[in-house]
Amino acid sequence: MNELSKRKWNRLLSHNEFYIAIIIVAICLLIEVRSGQFFTPNNLVDIVRSGIVPCIFGIGVLVVMLSGGIDLSFVPIAALAMYITNSVMLDTGFSGSIVVPFLLAGGIGIACGALNAVVISKFNLPTMIVTLGTSSIFTGLLRGVFEAKEKTASPILMELGSSKLFTAQNADSGLTSDMPSTLFILLGVVVVTFILLRYTTLGRGIYAVGGDPGAARRAGFRVTRIQFFVYCYVGLLAGIAGVTRTGMSQAAHFTSLLGTELTIIAATVLGGARITGGVGTITGTVLGAFLMTIVSNSLVLIGVPTYWQQFFTGALIVIGTGISVYQASKKYRGSLSLDERAKEELG
Amino acid sequence: MKTQAAFSNRFQSFSERNSNLLRLLAVFVIVFAFFAITKQGAFLKPETFASMAVQLPEYSILALGVALTLISGGIDLSVVGIANLAGILMALFLSTAATDAAPDAVPLYIAGAAAIGFLVGLSCGAFNGLLVSRFRIPPILATMGTMQIFTGLAIVITEGKSVSGLVPAYEHGINSALFGWLPVPLLMFIACAAWVSFVLNKTNYGQKLYMLGTNEKAAAFSGIHTNTVLMKTYIYSGLLAIVASLIMMGRNASAKADTGSSYTLQCVLICVLGGVKTEGGFGKVSGIVVAVLILQTISTGLNLFREINNFYRGLIWGAVLVAVLIANCIIEQKEQAKLMKKLSMEEAAEA
Repeated sequence: MNELSKRKWNRLLSHNEFYIAIIIVAICLLIEVRSGQFFTPNNLVDIVRSGIVPCIFGIGVLVVMLSGGIDLSFVPIAALAMYITNSVMLDTGFSGSIVVPFLLAGGIGIACGALNAVVISKFNLPTMIVTLGTSSIFTGLLRGVFEAKEKTASPILMELGSSKLFTAQNADSGLTSDMPSTLFILLGVVVVTFILLRYTTLGRGIYAVGGDPGAARRAGFRVTRIQFFVYCYVGLLAGIAGVTRTGMSQAAHFTSLLGTELTIIAATVLGGARITGGVGTITGTVLGAFLMTIVSNSLVLIGVPTYWQQFFTGALIVIGTGISVYQASKKYRGSLSLDERAKEELG
Repeated sequence: MKTQAAFSNRFQSFSERNSNLLRLLAVFVIVFAFFAITKQGAFLKPETFASMAVQLPEYSILALGVALTLISGGIDLSVVGIANLAGILMALFLSTAATDAAPDAVPLYIAGAAAIGFLVGLSCGAFNGLLVSRFRIPPILATMGTMQIFTGLAIVITEGKSVSGLVPAYEHGINSALFGWLPVPLLMFIACAAWVSFVLNKTNYGQKLYMLGTNEKAAAFSGIHTNTVLMKTYIYSGLLAIVASLIMMGRNASAKADTGSSYTLQCVLICVLGGVKTEGGFGKVSGIVVAVLILQTISTGLNLFREINNFYRGLIWGAVLVAVLIANCIIEQKEQAKLMKKLSMEEAAEA
């Protein structure tokens, strides 16, 4: 093996994405062996279908985590944006461009995100506690002020959800699944976020702030502004995800949405994003979100009762974060600073 | 004259040391006065206070556990999960084993159930402690995960149903009042608060916990076994969750996997309101007790307003949490500025 490919191989081995991909393949094979139903066209389409919304959420969570924060309020934001948007569309009988509901929901999302952003960036407060508080505020707004009830989707969102790219059929059972066009929304979010993180000063700033806010400030990044942007961006993505979900499930069901934030944060962490900031990729996040989706979608296929789902989610969080922490510590063991070495010896 | 001056001096130093507590007490008085004035007779009657005394202990005891973990620089989001898992196991034991027991043997069975509970609390807490200390998983993620695991186990055991049919003697015991006026749950809360206060102020462990929370590295260099301290902290949090679980089980006459799901936020809110710093190293039991009183007064008072729907409570609590965070931040900045000014003045005087 020549030097270059050896280095490439080593780089691959040091990447979190590589291991998740292996885990995904292993789990898929396991399910296929147990059920014989995994690699059927309709099941694969079903998994992509259920993975779209978690992926959009996951990318939002990734951006916050990169900046060194954590957002617990994005699901209530999505629920609020989706409920208001859907109600407005229902009441007005809107039938114009599909862009309008997205603009509305995105706007509501940004407004909610801005509240987080102001409190966090202006007062430099712990992000987790602030968003824990605002998540309670948004849920209170939704259920208290708007007295939200579960509604069906408005016609325009119904149309969005039922438009499909192709239909996959299982040759044996005759079951069919549609590949929804909303896949393009996910692709759009991926591309925009990728460009943002990779090619813009703002994006590099997000990584810098997450790595070390002090150093980022000295390097000339405006930390407050970057933080402000991050929480608004998450709000925007939450709004988009909310509308997409309403279309795909043909209903604005918020009760089943609320409380899923931990699963999505877990998926992002599984995908290699570090909760202390500065480390994480979109590829990893998408893989992590699909790993979670596969596990929760396939429990039934291998005959595990659905009430095990929460247990498995928890186990995945603990094992996944454990592995990534272990990897990080292994990577730095060779270059331990003096005080860290002293601490290891003492403690 | 002299004694008066000494007294005012002492009061000044007391108020400087306990400025946060005094602020909290002021907030409590304002909140209390607000409901007393707006609702008068409906608020100021013995039944109101009796119901407050019974409602607040379960989540306040959970909050004491969360406070310990916050002081260590971490957090425990799994307390509700531990309480429910233990509650279900205890309820299963009582409802299957103790229903046909002879009357004299019932206390024995209840003690057995409590023993099972404390064993569960011990192991769940130790599991959290292990993940946080030995495996170095960030406490938020670790306890978020174990919350799912504990709740998941509770769901698996019960298949999502609630477990009822406990022994009547137990329900009766929890719902009774000592001397006719001191509800048993409140007594349990007072005992727990006194114990946590003792542990924090009078024991070696308490000192180490504050040091660990202030600066983990410095604590490690001072020869503190940080992992042991962390282990103990999460175990204590688990054990306190069991005390709360004992109350919840008695009050609801049943146990379920999703009881008190709003308590997690409430516990963090109480701690932050009570002056426990989320970055670790600070926090007193007295602050938590006053914070509990404030929250319970708001909650009970709001119930008297028929037109305010129950879901507003989350909105109000969230707003209170954010407001308190901001207020604390501003006050701290001011105090720091004052300190800096004092220092620079002293320096100028020396020069």
